[in-house]
Amino acid sequence: MAEFLSLHDAVSNYVKDGITLAMEGFTHLIPFAAGHEIIRQERRDLTLIRMTPDLIYDQLIGAGCASKVIFSWGGNPGVGSLHRLRDALENGWPRKIEILEHSHAAMACAYEAGAAGLPLAILRGYVGSDLPKVNNQIKFIECPFTGERLAAVPSVRPDVSIVHAQKADRQGNVLVQGIIGVQKEAMLAAKACIVTVEEIVDDLGVGPNACVIPGWAVAAIAVAERGAHPSYAYGYYPRDNRFYKEWDAIARDREAFTRWLDANVLNTEGAQQ
Amino acid sequence: MNPEYNSAEMMTVTAARALENGMTCFVGIGLPSEAANLARLTHAPNVVLIYESGTLQTKPEVLPLSIGDGELCESALTTVSVPEMFRYWLQGGHVSVGFLGTAQVDRFANLNTTLIGDYISPKVRLPGGGGAPEIATNAGEVFVTLKHSKRTFVKDVDFITTLGFGRDGKSRDGVPNIGKGPTRVISDLCVMKPDPDTKELTVTSLHPGVSKQDVIEATGWDVRFVSGLETTSAPSAHELMILRDLKERTARHHAGESVGEKS
Repeated sequence: MAEFLSLHDAVSNYVKDGITLAMEGFTHLIPFAAGHEIIRQERRDLTLIRMTPDLIYDQLIGAGCASKVIFSWGGNPGVGSLHRLRDALENGWPRKIEILEHSHAAMACAYEAGAAGLPLAILRGYVGSDLPKVNNQIKFIECPFTGERLAAVPSVRPDVSIVHAQKADRQGNVLVQGIIGVQKEAMLAAKACIVTVEEIVDDLGVGPNACVIPGWAVAAIAVAERGAHPSYAYGYYPRDNRFYKEWDAIARDREAFTRWLDANVLNTEGAQQ
Repeated sequence: MNPEYNSAEMMTVTAARALENGMTCFVGIGLPSEAANLARLTHAPNVVLIYESGTLQTKPEVLPLSIGDGELCESALTTVSVPEMFRYWLQGGHVSVGFLGTAQVDRFANLNTTLIGDYISPKVRLPGGGGAPEIATNAGEVFVTLKHSKRTFVKDVDFITTLGFGRDGKSRDGVPNIGKGPTRVISDLCVMKPDPDTKELTVTSLHPGVSKQDVIEATGWDVRFVSGLETTSAPSAHELMILRDLKERTARHHAGESVGEKS
């Protein structure tokens, strides 16, 4: 049964130094509030998994929380580079990080396989790509029935997954609406899953095929209003495209980034205790 | 009858015309998205646009800044999960054409969106593969669009993120269940298609006012031109009007929305 915790306690109880952590949300419902709480709690040596690192991992990397990043597309969508990711890769600032790079199809399949309790995912992928040359976690196998050569990648089984959702009810059942990405797969693939929500309601008020994750499959729920900003929460607030554009200049410069982090993450109240 | 236009508009209009009504198109963000929506708003009202964020048959009013903008979801027939999108809809064989942008393309239409230089210590680190490696092999065919320059049209890409026809033009030969690959590349100067035998990208059509020399100077290999080289038709007044309207309301939309509390 999901436990209702403050964001501070949810992070401090589950996110430990050195764990493998997936924070998902495909452009939509990106759990920024939780990311900021992890930065405030100064977690270190995290292996961060995410299809699109986006600004959230740029911030975690720049704050020195990550030792490894597993991803499939590392840009600022519609804007350009993730400069903190690049600075870490190209110059080792604030520390060196390792990367393991996939395609979207492979990562999506790897999450699905993780949710299904399988050790590997199989896909018709990576044909002719150089990615298998630089990622030793991409292998090829022969289909035992047809002989077709198919790509295989290990399933994603994070220690902890964190996602943001629109709402949960008082039993901890979670509703995700709109672009659902790999939210459900990330939740079910993890050993423990934290969900931040915009609000807690009496009744989710949805029909039979809605994307609802039962409370008994969730470890902790924390309310984080506007917890996906500057990404968006369908039905609550739009994507802050201007901030995504402004991030480019902030992240380009180490000092500007550090100032931004001080003012907007470290020296704010953040989570309600 | 001969409206003024710029080379970026020429490229988008030409790319849009490549899409036929009724095609199912897996759309990349940026230039491909602009072209695909122009096609939908002009000659191809029944083109089906799908984006990797899971939005199926979407009809955005404004162009998305990101691949997962709310606009794509709200105007879609339905929105599926990302694993479903890649597994059932793309790998399952429902996509007739993938429309991709890229940082670099080489003479065998291989795409590089990973890095310039060496993998361990790159000169320039680019975003990476995203959906492209599997779009390029699992879609029926692929259209590529990007601006022409010696930095973008290179002889051999440093890294094959996404397969065109491989280092020798033969990497698709004998591979089961693989699409045709890039069938055309649309730039702001010309249209290129793979040579039927060698698969080397060859210029089939020059945009109005562009010379062979212009293309040669902007291409990183000894580029060839087909015999019977054509001139691309200029954008029509109608195409330009629809494109400019779309871009104008897109700019207004993205400028208008900001909460800005953390900026």
